[in-house]
Amino acid sequence: MRALRLVSALALLAGVMPANANDEVQKLIEDPNQWVIQTGDYANTRFSKLDKINASNVDKLQVAWTFSTGVLRGHEGSPLVVGDVMYVHTPFPNTVFALDLNSDGKILWKYEPRQDPNVIPVMCCDTVNRGLAYADGKVFLHQADTTVVALDAKTGKPVWTVVNGDPKKGETNTATVLPVKDKIIVGISGGEFGVRCHVTAYDMKTGKQVWRAYSMGPDSEMLIDPEKTTELGKPVGKDSSLKTWQGDQWKTGGGCTWGWFAYDPQQNAFYYGSGNPSTWNPKQRPGDNKWSMTIFARDVDTGMAKWVYQMTPHDEWDYDGVNEMILSDQDIGGQRRQTLVHFDRNGFGYTLDRITGELLVAEKFDPAVNWATKVDMDKNSKTYGRPLVVSQYSTEQNGEDVNTKGVCPAALGTKDQQPSSYSPRTNLFYVPTNHVCMDYEPYKVSYTPGQPYVGATLSMYPAPNSHGGMGNFIAWDAREGKIVWSLPETFSVWSGALATAGDIVFYGTLEGYLKAVDAKTGKELYKFKTPSGIIGNVMTYMHGGKQYVAVLSGVGGWAGIGLAAGLTDPHAGLGAVGGYAALSNYTALGGQLTVFTLPQ
Amino acid sequence: MLAKKFRSAMRVVLRSAIGAGALTFLFTPEVLRADPVAPAREENGKFFDAEGNPTYRIKADGTVDWYTYSGFRRYHSDCHTCHGPDGAGSSYAPALAESVKTMTYQQFTEVVIQGRQNLRNGNTNVMPSFGTNQNVVCYLDDIYVYLRARADGALDRGRPEKRDDKPQSAKDAEASCLGG
Repeated sequence: MRALRLVSALALLAGVMPANANDEVQKLIEDPNQWVIQTGDYANTRFSKLDKINASNVDKLQVAWTFSTGVLRGHEGSPLVVGDVMYVHTPFPNTVFALDLNSDGKILWKYEPRQDPNVIPVMCCDTVNRGLAYADGKVFLHQADTTVVALDAKTGKPVWTVVNGDPKKGETNTATVLPVKDKIIVGISGGEFGVRCHVTAYDMKTGKQVWRAYSMGPDSEMLIDPEKTTELGKPVGKDSSLKTWQGDQWKTGGGCTWGWFAYDPQQNAFYYGSGNPSTWNPKQRPGDNKWSMTIFARDVDTGMAKWVYQMTPHDEWDYDGVNEMILSDQDIGGQRRQTLVHFDRNGFGYTLDRITGELLVAEKFDPAVNWATKVDMDKNSKTYGRPLVVSQYSTEQNGEDVNTKGVCPAALGTKDQQPSSYSPRTNLFYVPTNHVCMDYEPYKVSYTPGQPYVGATLSMYPAPNSHGGMGNFIAWDAREGKIVWSLPETFSVWSGALATAGDIVFYGTLEGYLKAVDAKTGKELYKFKTPSGIIGNVMTYMHGGKQYVAVLSGVGGWAGIGLAAGLTDPHAGLGAVGGYAALSNYTALGGQLTVFTLPQ
Repeated sequence: MLAKKFRSAMRVVLRSAIGAGALTFLFTPEVLRADPVAPAREENGKFFDAEGNPTYRIKADGTVDWYTYSGFRRYHSDCHTCHGPDGAGSSYAPALAESVKTMTYQQFTEVVIQGRQNLRNGNTNVMPSFGTNQNVVCYLDDIYVYLRARADGALDRGRPEKRDDKPQSAKDAEASCLGG
């Protein structure tokens, strides 16, 4: 990072303009007044250097202005701020607004794509969209129907469009894009529809496809080099994916790529995770199902995989591996390591060396997690790097048509896509989590293109013998793999966190509260109830010498589907049935942006 | 028993008040439940009402017929990802335990097979066509009787604790439907 900055400084001294769009994005990212990509920076820290709003004054925060998006579905992601303009996106129909920060958010332009509404029901779990990205004078939108469109940031006119998938086969999109160097890297959804998922790079100027890498299949289609691509330090070997599937089941294998991507300029690598193998019935797809549930490190220019690590081989619980990869440097065992930290759906918080893919730490980030005792860290063990599965909770071992009870976490994971934040000031990770368990009964299903391909019955309920709530907001030490503090929440925390140099951490709740807590202690310093439940991510920016904090509210997503009517615990006895909080008693639909600042 | 008496008493009150509207704001759906209807006829473990539409049978000890149980499973595989657990609805799609109160069996099957769209500005609802999905079509009656039991208040939320064994006719029908 430092070396890169030095190089660009030298280039500027020599009177040379930045060579490509990436330099521009990198410069904008380093300016804390702006927020130009969803994750705040390429390292996915969601940390802001701004400190005008801080632990000593955040209790005085007030609403500065608000904006209705006109859409009622679940609002994930966050707005962007580039210069004097804020860019706001919505769920389907994926409207984009450019708002003038110089005149209280007046609409400069609006873009509304025309999409076939038949894409709506193909999107498992609501028509969310995790937002825009800015680069090269363009705002990039990846629509529900998988159309990627580059909009002129000044006018909102499309510069180019490209179609990444086919909704008729169940291929859809909910994710943002990663603008890096001269490329836009995008993922795809459809794991519940038997889609074989991939990541694809398009040329930032033209939209022409540069490369595509599948999550499973032949080495050539996965962009895996049997000799050079490694897992835990060893080459993966020929046909590493094909060997782990029965017949041609990999063709409907899932492994979708709808999470947050990180980028390390020094390594010229980007990092992301793949999702669940299709179907949810593990009996129907014997083998490790590689490379579903895998962390990938790939070369940005060629797409070739540098290393892979499969967290949940042969998934039996729908623990997608797509959550964000956070890049930081950590002292581990007395050694400075360039690390990747990842909080997986499966309930383990992983710390890896991001250069080699070596596994450094893997510990539970919710004590309720019970499907595995631990991840085997013994390098000489046959099961090195694999989770040690508890038979009682194995839906594979218990088999089809058997209801496996009391599995923690539930299918929505100890954490879903809601991104964590990392503060270099406290060296802590701030993680929004779910505290929900499940019963899971797999059974046989048949595959029809474009139709759900699920094959399991689920019931979910708050983690038993705990505080009764369905979420926690935790601070995590990734060197030790330990929870430092944990705040119980009534509902799953489904909002992306923001840590700032003011030593505060912001997050939203499903009831609709924006909360600010002390970064060191977790003490609540401020809360405000926005009009609807928050599943969006908190962001911050400066304009006209003032710091602002902004968040989208608008309940929905998996959280809105699973929790709207409340959860019931089938094992808690008759009296407790229906006794848990129903989200519909707290909040209703409605997309709105709320922008906060300190009074004059 | 007391609850049952209360329910029928409430129903009388509600019937007389139904013209006044706005009832759902005053009473929870729990109170609006109709009494469970005893099936008129059985055919190899499958139950039908007087009109010949499929229905559920729940014994006094809570044992549900196979099809109701099967419907619970199928619902929680292919329907709940939009309609929420237990037919209770979600932020995304309506509560089917409510919908089937006012829908005929015929209308229910039509919507599932053909799909339907409700395109309103900002709140577009689209039900896909499940006509080609064997995981749904082969179990249409199962899902219907499960939701009917939920709508009538005959079945609580959650997994039915006790169920009848799978009848041979259900196995045969499944094999022929999935195979075809």
